[in-house]
Amino acid sequence: MARTLITSPATAKRGEVIELRALIAHPMETGFRPGADGLLLPRNLITRFSCRYNGDLVFSADLFAAVAANPYVSFFTVATDSGTLSFSWEGDHGFAQTETVALAVT
Amino acid sequence: MKLALQRRELLQLGAAGGLALLVRPAQATAFEMQSAIANYASGAPVKTGKLRFDIPPLVENGNGVPVTISVDSPMTAAEHVTGIAVFNERNPQRDVVRFTLGPRAGKAVVATRIRLATSQQLVAVARLSDGTFWSHSVDVLVTLAACLE
Repeated sequence: MARTLITSPATAKRGEVIELRALIAHPMETGFRPGADGLLLPRNLITRFSCRYNGDLVFSADLFAAVAANPYVSFFTVATDSGTLSFSWEGDHGFAQTETVALAVT
Repeated sequence: MKLALQRRELLQLGAAGGLALLVRPAQATAFEMQSAIANYASGAPVKTGKLRFDIPPLVENGNGVPVTISVDSPMTAAEHVTGIAVFNERNPQRDVVRFTLGPRAGKAVVATRIRLATSQQLVAVARLSDGTFWSHSVDVLVTLAACLE
């Protein structure tokens, strides 16, 4: 399990636009770099990030080799109902991780 | 009509005669980037404006360059941004990142960190719900390149 860092408000007013920031520890190996032995290091990328709000997809991103290591994404969403925000990362070699945070809407 | 045909013939002759060899690699990758953008826009015209692409013009370290893309849009169900993509000119791949947004985003602002292999031009393209595409291109100078080679 890779370490993740998610910044989201714990509470929000209904209709408020909230900022969500997500970071995951991952090397994002491009597959273009040679290692110490001169051979290309195998590609190991996170290719997709998505955010679901109570199960509804509100944001997603396709990441390519040009995204920096430990990919960081910041975006916004409208606070509609109390519930959970789930952040998912998918990548090469079957990498998949999901983290959830709770959001209380008043 | 006759003139157009003559020009076409001349270009074909020129290409056959090895004029393509004179095209510099930088222009070739710029062409690749344009075709990647055209592919993202599915051939629709990409206009300049509505979009702001924030990136430091002088990059000290190409391994992690913060970028912010903001689109001027009310983000309502009728009028919103459906996607934002970033393209580069001289990294090994033309694609950098593609975001998919919807009316629930509230605000069409996204940020991430990217790698840059060398000084080059970057283009951000936004896809709106009315089917139009808008872009903003930025030239950046990179002093320390991301280790790609």
